[in-house]
Amino acid sequence: MSRYLTKRILGMFVVIFLVLSIAFVLVRLAPGDPASLMLGPDATPQEVDDLRARLGLDRPILVQYLTFLANAVQGDLGTSLFFNQPVTQVLAGRAEPSILLALFSLVVALVIATPIGIWAAYRRGTPGDQMSVTTAMLAASVPSFLTGLIFQRYLATDLGWFPVSGYGGPDASFATRLEHLVLPSITLGITNSALILRFTRASMLDILGEDYVRTARAKGMSERRVVLRHALKNAGIPIITVVGLTFALLVSGAVVTERVFNLPGMGNLAVGAVLRRDYPVVQGTLIVVAAIYVLVNLATDLLYLVVDKRVKY
Amino acid sequence: MSETILTVEGLRVGFGRKASPVVALRDVSFALKRGETLALVGESGSGKSVTSLALMGLLPPGGQVMAGRMDFTDRAGTRHDLTALTPTRRRALRGPGLSMIFQEPMSSLNPLFTVGDQIGEMLLLHETLDAKARRRRTIEMLELVEIPGAANRVDTYPHEMSGGMRQRVMIAMAMICNPALLIADEPTTALDVTIQAQILDLMRRLQKDLGMSILFITHDMGVVAEMADEVAVMYAGAVVERAGVLDLFDRPRHPYTRGLLASIPDPDPKPDERLVPIPGSVPPLTMLPKGCAFAPRCPLAEPACERGVSLTEKAPGHFAACIHSEEVA
Ligand SMILES: Nc1ncnc2c1ncn2[C@@H]1O[C@H](COP(=O)(O)OP(=O)(O)OP(=O)(O)O)[C@@H](O)[C@H]1O
Ligand SMILES: [Mg+2]
Repeated sequence: MSRYLTKRILGMFVVIFLVLSIAFVLVRLAPGDPASLMLGPDATPQEVDDLRARLGLDRPILVQYLTFLANAVQGDLGTSLFFNQPVTQVLAGRAEPSILLALFSLVVALVIATPIGIWAAYRRGTPGDQMSVTTAMLAASVPSFLTGLIFQRYLATDLGWFPVSGYGGPDASFATRLEHLVLPSITLGITNSALILRFTRASMLDILGEDYVRTARAKGMSERRVVLRHALKNAGIPIITVVGLTFALLVSGAVVTERVFNLPGMGNLAVGAVLRRDYPVVQGTLIVVAAIYVLVNLATDLLYLVVDKRVKY
Repeated sequence: MSETILTVEGLRVGFGRKASPVVALRDVSFALKRGETLALVGESGSGKSVTSLALMGLLPPGGQVMAGRMDFTDRAGTRHDLTALTPTRRRALRGPGLSMIFQEPMSSLNPLFTVGDQIGEMLLLHETLDAKARRRRTIEMLELVEIPGAANRVDTYPHEMSGGMRQRVMIAMAMICNPALLIADEPTTALDVTIQAQILDLMRRLQKDLGMSILFITHDMGVVAEMADEVAVMYAGAVVERAGVLDLFDRPRHPYTRGLLASIPDPDPKPDERLVPIPGSVPPLTMLPKGCAFAPRCPLAEPACERGVSLTEKAPGHFAACIHSEEVA
């Protein structure tokens, strides 16, 4: 077990190293010279050379790479060209809304999707099953910017229950920040509930056909106990995986929702950085997202270990 | 001692649409006395499992009992008409009244719960005992089914056990509430021969000690000879012959039974002896012939067989559904 953990953690470092290298290469593969692109067409060659020197772009590529790695190991991901701040600081400021949004929207998605998914699987083939699946598909196929706008219009502007957008400003209390996350979380949660619903339903359908579910029924327990105790625990294992991976995806991938609600999150940051050719920030975002993926993967694997005693590492 | 605890009469089970169901059981009738074993035999697809699931009230989705009676008497002597019980009353009977073990010990236990949890759950569902008492009873039961180191095995998971051990766990679970009737659907088919013999021994011993009746499903006539007091032979969803085990082996009165018996390998074969397979195969349920379903494969078939014949008593306690039963015997 501890050998397994050591191996997994070493593996994580290898992945992070690879991601660092890929981020380095990708950014340099982008067409054009970053310095001239950043300064625009009106810059003099002298200005461009100065910036190149400041960015270290005049040095041999291998030296650049090693410097980049050495700095990264020390937690220095460079300085944002746009914000003129260390990349780590820029990222840190954006991480909270993104991580919380991913977390809350998954909670919303799970609350909507799992009961319906379980129910639909249990009533497979009935009109109720078909209706709930179709409704979920419809709800999920409404683009999140539209759902978001509808919520803003009715729940925020008209009823005033929630803030319309933003994250409450720099000095906002945690409670205020949470308040600003309610509508974005519901919006994103609805979008993601379809995937989780389909997954829960499929997983439950598989399990409900298992011999041990028949055994459970033969023991004379209520259908409720059969489904919620004997089937759901087994069906939950694959669901954990999807939820974990969706979480990693959402942390940097909730661009549309972050845009609509004007949340200062990582998705927004990444898109802005790409458009502004703020390469250090692009690199930094890639690395953070990779790290989250790796961590979530490890966490789900460890959870498997706890839930399913057949799994041995 | 010879009171009847289970009577099945004219049981008919269909799958699919109510208007035009596929009829899996056409006419199943048998009776089982307290403390005895009835073997239900027949080729694959003859409806043995469907019969047992109908008794348990566990027919898969789409399956429904269309006609017939299933009368069951519990340990307290109360008679239940299984077809008329409410789902809740029916559920309460599963475990303390009728309980069941299945063919597949590898997949019949839940992989995520310890065997102790799964056996103890029976007590949790049907008796009022605290956790400590449940655990004690569970360990006792594991000892009763001869699992070595029961006190430690109680906390292990099914995947840590062999098929034979898991079937013992299934038996422990099925028996812990002391059911009046144990239904065993091919409980040893998935096990190898030595383990099979041990499990059969165990079941016989428990039956004697606890005084339960067993409905034993198998297609192995050798096992029938070893386990059964009475035998019901099924063909294409109907019982075609019913008799005491000795009577049936001595004087089979249905050509199908005779075919089944002729196809048992002789443990001590003469040099020129051959197995005699029954020609042809079971017709699909949707294209059964008119009258006797066995006629197309029957050496004695004649036009009169198309009129069909129901199970009738040919000799005391010996029933057969064949117009030629005298010639067969
Ligand atoms: N869920 C179902 N839906 C439709 N038909 C079914 C279903 N289950 C069983 N049947 C039909 O009922 C008939 C009897 O099946 P059953 O499983 O009882 O056979 P069996 O005698 O137990 O055979 P085996 O020896 O292979 O276990 C089969 O012909 C099968 O097609
Ligand atoms: Mg069967």
